Amino acid sequence: MTDAHRDYEGAKLGMWLFLFTEILLFGGLFVLFAVSMARHHDAFHMASQQLDPAMGAANTVVLITSSWLVAMAVAALKLGQDARARALTLGTIALAGVFLVIKYFEWSAKFRHGLYPGSAELAAHPPGEAAYFALYYAMTGLHGIHVLVGMGVLGFAWWLMRTGRCTQGDFVFLENAALYWHLVDLIWIYLFPLFYLVG
Amino acid sequence: MNDASAAPGSFWDARGLASWLFTIDHKRIGLLYLWCVLGFFIVGVSLGLLVRLELIAPGRTIMGPQTYNAMFTLHGVIMIFLVVIPSIPASFGNIILPLHLGAEDVAFPRLNMFSWWLYAIGAVTALAALFTGDGPPDTGWTFYVPFSAVTTTNVSVAVAAVFVLGFSSILTGLNFIVTIHRLRAPGLTWTHLSLFAWALYATAWIQLLATPILGITGLLIIAERVLDMGVFDPARGGDPILYQHLFWIYSHPAVYIMILPAMGVISDIIPVFARKAIFGYKTIAFSSLAIAFAGSLVWAHHMFVSGMSDTAVMVFSLLTFVVAIPSAVKVFNWVSTLYKGSIHMEPPLVFALGFIFLFTMGGITGLVLGAAGADMHVHDTYFVVGHFHYVIFGGTGMGLFAALHYWLPKVHGRMYNKRVATWSAIILVVGMNGLYFPMYLLGLAGMPRRYYDYLPQYTALHEASTVGSWVVVAGLALMFVNLWRGMRSGPRVGPNPWGAATLEWTLPSPPPTHNFPVEPVVERGPYDFRGVRADD
Repeated sequence: MTDAHRDYEGAKLGMWLFLFTEILLFGGLFVLFAVSMARHHDAFHMASQQLDPAMGAANTVVLITSSWLVAMAVAALKLGQDARARALTLGTIALAGVFLVIKYFEWSAKFRHGLYPGSAELAAHPPGEAAYFALYYAMTGLHGIHVLVGMGVLGFAWWLMRTGRCTQGDFVFLENAALYWHLVDLIWIYLFPLFYLVG
Repeated sequence: MNDASAAPGSFWDARGLASWLFTIDHKRIGLLYLWCVLGFFIVGVSLGLLVRLELIAPGRTIMGPQTYNAMFTLHGVIMIFLVVIPSIPASFGNIILPLHLGAEDVAFPRLNMFSWWLYAIGAVTALAALFTGDGPPDTGWTFYVPFSAVTTTNVSVAVAAVFVLGFSSILTGLNFIVTIHRLRAPGLTWTHLSLFAWALYATAWIQLLATPILGITGLLIIAERVLDMGVFDPARGGDPILYQHLFWIYSHPAVYIMILPAMGVISDIIPVFARKAIFGYKTIAFSSLAIAFAGSLVWAHHMFVSGMSDTAVMVFSLLTFVVAIPSAVKVFNWVSTLYKGSIHMEPPLVFALGFIFLFTMGGITGLVLGAAGADMHVHDTYFVVGHFHYVIFGGTGMGLFAALHYWLPKVHGRMYNKRVATWSAIILVVGMNGLYFPMYLLGLAGMPRRYYDYLPQYTALHEASTVGSWVVVAGLALMFVNLWRGMRSGPRVGPNPWGAATLEWTLPSPPPTHNFPVEPVVERGPYDFRGVRADD
């Protein structure tokens, strides 16, 4: 029998299965996006012109960098460099914060232009544009919630490292937190071209 | 219950509310689920009984139309999400799975406790939806748009409850998959796994893969209502049919979450009481996986009249027939196991036989509904209501009752009155046929489902059905009283009252907290009865 309390393989398997459910959760929205885009191709093209690719690109760079930091944090912890691992984890959390700040400016600019679900401005556009912005807010919003959750999970990993419960010998929590963070990054890597570039 | 702990070192020993609410012992968590499920079952049955009573005569009988709409919605939401989906996997799965594997606990005991807490929070949220806001939801348990997006009743809270319950279901499935992969005792190969464990394994994959889609669909309804999104509103580029696709992509596989564990229970019970190795072990194990796989491809058979292309209708009709094959394989294997067996007609077997009969009644009418032409005629009639109640109540319900009668002596160390148990099973089978068979006839005659009122020519069949509901309640009351008395004060039993060969029967009844004092080494199959003796 494997020791259930220190079963590294089991913990990793559980995390991968959980990430699978996250992909399916977003999968429903990707299906909606695909169907809506096929139906309203021109409107999606017009609506996507109104997003700012520079901000999206900046956020992509921020998230990929943060993913790199957390991967280095795992490597550092495995080498026993606890302080370095903690600092790199904090760096990841900070970049996640930067992502949300950029997102905040992006969203509020759209709101000022009246581009939000149920607005009078959107009602005047073709119906496909309303569908585009509904999906834009739903998908980037859900992704934003995942960024917040990721910050919480990474913060918890940092606290576990600080109190000596996530160490060189038992690093699976940080590794799983990093896997989660890579997924959050990965989903954004799909969202970015879909919304900002394809149109 | 307390005196059950008289056996030294049993898992009942720890006392106090906190020792239950914060337990990480899989047996206790399973029992917490079981009590909640049975409690909500009684609530759901009461609501169903009132709906049936309202329908005994045309026109108003005991409630108005809005109350009626709320009542059948609550009956559906409570029964589907709070009772049937968690019934066997979360309760008996938790209690029995680690015992079947020779393990100390599930892979993630704390996550298991968290799943139960999510279930409790979801249940409380669902109840809150009834008593707060502008009235309980009146959409039916499917929450179809556009009505669910515009009705002023408390749909958002109910959908949030479903989301939380879905999360609980996902985590239980995840836990079981890892447990089955990682914690099998030495020698317990995949082909020595009990068929109940195989069924739970297939179920767990559906829970894991299908439930997230329901989660996102629920979130979209809330977004539609609260943020005015318009993803399902054609005026704003959305599409209400897409809602139905997303909903059924989960909810059709979900019916296999409901039935597969019950099939697993039956597959475990029948060989024990036929004293014979199960016929076609690998076929049954494989058919569970085949049902899980094929069952994920048939969702659009709920939408034959919703406006799909004829090609799509034919493809989904064919795929629906394909699911019937592994289901029928199981039925044939059970019957073949009984053939020339040395049959001991004990209560669990009586319930299992009731399961086979009622499930077959429901399964065959499923083919009628799966055939697109016939479905055009009976779509959204009482035929459908009869079909799924035969499968879900006659199937999953009887499976749950069989499990209760099979494992109660193990969990409580006491036996109920077997004669009364047998009679309650017979009354239930008679009652369910009285309750649901008239619905087939009503549906064929054109009576639509969900309607508050009906034309006079349907009166006789509605009366018959309502009388049947009273017989069912009599059978349930007899069964629960008997189980309760057996659990409190029945005669004590030894480790193996049925003479079964799976690992849980090698432990004392009730089992100790840490299950196996010495890790078992498995050298025989779960249905190899050579040398196994019942303690009587």
